[in-house]
Amino acid sequence: MDDLVSASNEMRKDIIRMIGAAGSGHPGGSLSCIDILAALYMGGVMRHDPEDPDLVGRDRFILAKGHAAPALYCALAHSGYFPTEELTTLRKLGSRLQGHPDSSLLPGVEVSTGSLGQGLSIACGLACGLRLAEDDAAVFTLLGDGECEEGQVWEAAMFAAHQGLDNLVAIIDNNGLQIDGNISDVCDPENIGDKFAAFGWEVSHVDGHDIAALIDVLNAAKKKRSGKPQLVVAKTVKGKGVSFMENQAGWHGKAPDADQMQQALSELDAIGA
Amino acid sequence: MIKLADSSQRAQKKATRAALGATLAELADEGLPIVAVDADLTGSTTTSKFAAAKSEYADRLFNVGIAEQNMIDVAAGLSLAGNIAFTGSFAVFGIGRAYDQIRNTLCYSKLNVKLTPTHAGISVGPDGGSHQMLEDVALMRAVPNMRVLVPADYASARAAIRLAAKTEGPVYVRLGRAAVPCVYDDDVELEIGRAYAVREGSDVTIVANGVEIGQALLAAEMLAQEGISAEVIDAFSVKPLDSETILKSAQKTGRVVVCEEHSINGGLCDAVAHLLAENRPLPCAFVGVKDRFGKSGEFEELLGFFGLDAASIVDSAKNLCK
Repeated sequence: MDDLVSASNEMRKDIIRMIGAAGSGHPGGSLSCIDILAALYMGGVMRHDPEDPDLVGRDRFILAKGHAAPALYCALAHSGYFPTEELTTLRKLGSRLQGHPDSSLLPGVEVSTGSLGQGLSIACGLACGLRLAEDDAAVFTLLGDGECEEGQVWEAAMFAAHQGLDNLVAIIDNNGLQIDGNISDVCDPENIGDKFAAFGWEVSHVDGHDIAALIDVLNAAKKKRSGKPQLVVAKTVKGKGVSFMENQAGWHGKAPDADQMQQALSELDAIGA
Repeated sequence: MIKLADSSQRAQKKATRAALGATLAELADEGLPIVAVDADLTGSTTTSKFAAAKSEYADRLFNVGIAEQNMIDVAAGLSLAGNIAFTGSFAVFGIGRAYDQIRNTLCYSKLNVKLTPTHAGISVGPDGGSHQMLEDVALMRAVPNMRVLVPADYASARAAIRLAAKTEGPVYVRLGRAAVPCVYDDDVELEIGRAYAVREGSDVTIVANGVEIGQALLAAEMLAQEGISAEVIDAFSVKPLDSETILKSAQKTGRVVVCEEHSINGGLCDAVAHLLAENRPLPCAFVGVKDRFGKSGEFEELLGFFGLDAASIVDSAKNLCK
């Protein structure tokens, strides 16, 4: 487990370096979800093969909150899908690492995302398709809590329960912030877990920065197959690991300057030491 | 020349939407991994006919309820699992309401999803302006990776649906509610990016598609009685457009009338105008809905009301031939 915690910390540093080098990007929501991605990709929750991104029978992951692309790219690179040296090409002309994930460019990305509210629906369709094909793989998708303000999320929530998609695990990165401030101040989608439960989902809660707990909860959700779709609400801190970014909506979509980058990296070095 | 309907076939009238469910069943019978996703309109779009064709097809039709955005992305997910996914609903919802899903998911990721909503254009008649989708071709033409097909009759709708299934990536097939005269032979086959001369002539070229093909053929008959020889080209493939066939005919006749049951903004009219402006500027006239919403009325009445009927095409052609 220490290895995973340390890998996650290294990925946090890469997120800072990538966004710093790009001069733009979304650090807050990338730092809040990186432990979840570490659990999925590196903690043995998902069946996948970096050597064979199209592996038959692989579990699927869809990053509904596409602006956390830096976190996904880190998880893919650190798992071995492509060299970590490529990470700092983020958002640059000619890069495979587009500002939001582009499946036509980068192996390991199942589908392009970036327009919020669509990932859960795509995951539902994929779960239906796998079930039709009698493929017992699971579909994971990661949504932002602010993203749950999109109406389409609830169209999909209704559909998943109606279809009994128990091969579907949706995870909420519940960091409590969106671009304009606290989700509770902007247009509160409060008690997201209760709302999904009311739609017919099974819901569990977890500390989104406790990788061991995440692995347990995600594995349990994946294996449950109770006839109901599974929701995991992961309580997280936006900007986690960098003191001046933590719980600051202003760091949703802003790149650190050279001094801020230095400070962030030395804080993360201190955590890793 | 492409095989046209014989006189007994021409006497029949059928809606293009009726081809949907039947053709999906036919494709599934041939072993293609067809699935359909609809939004509470399975009877109207005829996707229910696909589900009813064989017991194992029932599980291959997904009804998402009244949720068109979800419909498109569920189809996207089904295609990611290796299926050829067709979507339903009416064009106004299945295209208009779900534009972002079509753009950002289907087209950006180039997924194997076929948009086959029905009730496009004024063919939905009495339901009125809220339901008469007149901007769908413009919306779909503007998105990279999307192909746009507008069939004229039942046989070409069947051919277009078959073509969509066999063409990798997103395709929009525009289907209507109203029964329209048969133009093509029952077993006609079409190619993407081809236009077809359905009547040859020498004085004026009429480029049309969809229900306007029937009107254009009537107009050509009327023009012939006045000594004007009209060539009618079916540009069923709006994108990609068959530049060669259209330019060749335009060069021959020197005049072009473009007709579509759609807004004159952004659809076939603009596509042909662009083609001619770049390659061979010559006198043109445009028959389409002039930047306005639809109205309640019977389909045949509306054709006249909006100036889409054969008489309107005749007027435009005669003006050009003066």
